[in-house]
Amino acid sequence: MTGGSILHRAPAGLKLAALAMAGSAVVLVPDWRVMVDLFLLVALGFPLARLGRGALRAQLRPLMPMLVLLFFTQGLLASWEMAALVVARIATLVLMAALVTLTTRSEALIATVETLLRPLAPLGVNPGKVSLAFSLALRFLPVIAEEAERVREAQTARGLGHSPLALALPLIVRVLKAAEDIADAIDARSGHDDPSLRPHPETAPAPGRRFLFRSVKEQV
Amino acid sequence: MSPQPISTRDIVYIALFAALTAALALFPPITLPLIGVPITAQSMGPMLAGAILGARRGALSILLVLALVAIGLPILSGGRGGLGVFAGPTVGFLLGWVATAYVVGLLHELGWNKLTLFSSFAHAMIGGIIVLYAIGIPVLAVQASLSIKAATMACLAFIPGDLVKAALTAVIAVAIKRAHPIIGTRRGQTA
Repeated sequence: MTGGSILHRAPAGLKLAALAMAGSAVVLVPDWRVMVDLFLLVALGFPLARLGRGALRAQLRPLMPMLVLLFFTQGLLASWEMAALVVARIATLVLMAALVTLTTRSEALIATVETLLRPLAPLGVNPGKVSLAFSLALRFLPVIAEEAERVREAQTARGLGHSPLALALPLIVRVLKAAEDIADAIDARSGHDDPSLRPHPETAPAPGRRFLFRSVKEQV
Repeated sequence: MSPQPISTRDIVYIALFAALTAALALFPPITLPLIGVPITAQSMGPMLAGAILGARRGALSILLVLALVAIGLPILSGGRGGLGVFAGPTVGFLLGWVATAYVVGLLHELGWNKLTLFSSFAHAMIGGIIVLYAIGIPVLAVQASLSIKAATMACLAFIPGDLVKAALTAVIAVAIKRAHPIIGTRRGQTA
C-alpha cells in the first residue's frame, strides 16, 4: 500500500468522518437514476486512487449473488425502480467504504480507533489495552491459521478425515494452553499489568515457524 | 459479575479467540445434503467464544473480529473484509455476533456448575439462533427494503446449519470444561 493518491495521503480520521457522512446521505437519495450516477462516481474513485480494475472487481464479485437475488426479489415484490435503487445503494455504500479501507494503512486505522476511544477512558476503556488486543490478534492470525493446517494434516494422517470436531477441539486446547504462557511473557516484559500497557512494536505478522506459539512467546 | 479490570491474560484470550474466529473462515464450507445451503464454520466462532470465554471476554473477542474486519483484513468467510461489509444487507448478522457471544457466554456462566451437553446446546441455540436472527432479520429487512416476512423466509435455509453448529459448540464446550476450563476459574485468579 504505497499509493501516492490524494486519498492515500488524507488522514484516516478525515476519511472515516467523510465516509460516515456520505453513508448517511446516500440513504436519503430517493431516485434510482441519481443512485446509479453516484455508484458510477464512486467506482470512478478507484482508478483515481490508482487502485486498478482488479480491486474494483474484487470488491463487487462477492456481493454479486446477493445483489442479483435482491434485484429480482425487489422487482417482483415491489417495483423495478425500487430494485434498482436498493441494489445501487448497497453497491455504492460498499464501494465507498472499500475506498477508505484500501487507501488507509491498518496501523493508521488502529491509531484512529485509539484516539476515538480516548474519551471513553473514564468509563474503564483503556486505549493501550485495546491496541494491545489489536496487535496480538494481528500477530496470532497467521499463527493460528498455520496451527489449524498442522492439526488438519495430523488428523488426515490418522485417518480422521475432515471432521470439524477432530479439527477444532485439539486446536482450541492448544490455543488455550498457549494463552497463559503468552500472558505471562507479556507481563514479565511490560511490568505487572501496567495500565499504560503499550503494544510491542514487533507484532507485525511474520511468516510462521514450525512451532508457532513458541515463536510468539519469543517475540513478546 | 462484578466488572473486574481486564487482565493481560484476558486480552490474550480475547485476541486468540478473535484470531481463531478469523481462522474458521479458512475451512471449506460444508454443504448439507437435501438442503443445499453451504454451512460456513465461521459463524461458530461467536458461539464458541461465548461458551469458552464467558460473556464479557467472548463478546469483546467478537467485537475485535469486527474491528479487524473494519480496518480491512479479509478475514470473513469468502475473503470478505473492509468497511464495505458493514454497508451490506447482512450487517445485522455481523453485529448480532457480538450479542450471540455475550448471551451464549452469560448462559454458560449461569449454568456452569451443572453444564451438560444438552444445556450447552440449548445455550448455544438461544444465543446463536434466536438472538442472532432477532437482530439480523430486522436489519436485513431495512437494508434490503424487504418485509420482515420475506427476510425471515430468506434466512430459514440457514437454520439447519446453525443447529449443527450449536451442537458442535456444545460438544466442544463440554470437552473444554473438562480439559481446560476458563469460565469457572475466573474468580480469585489475577494475572
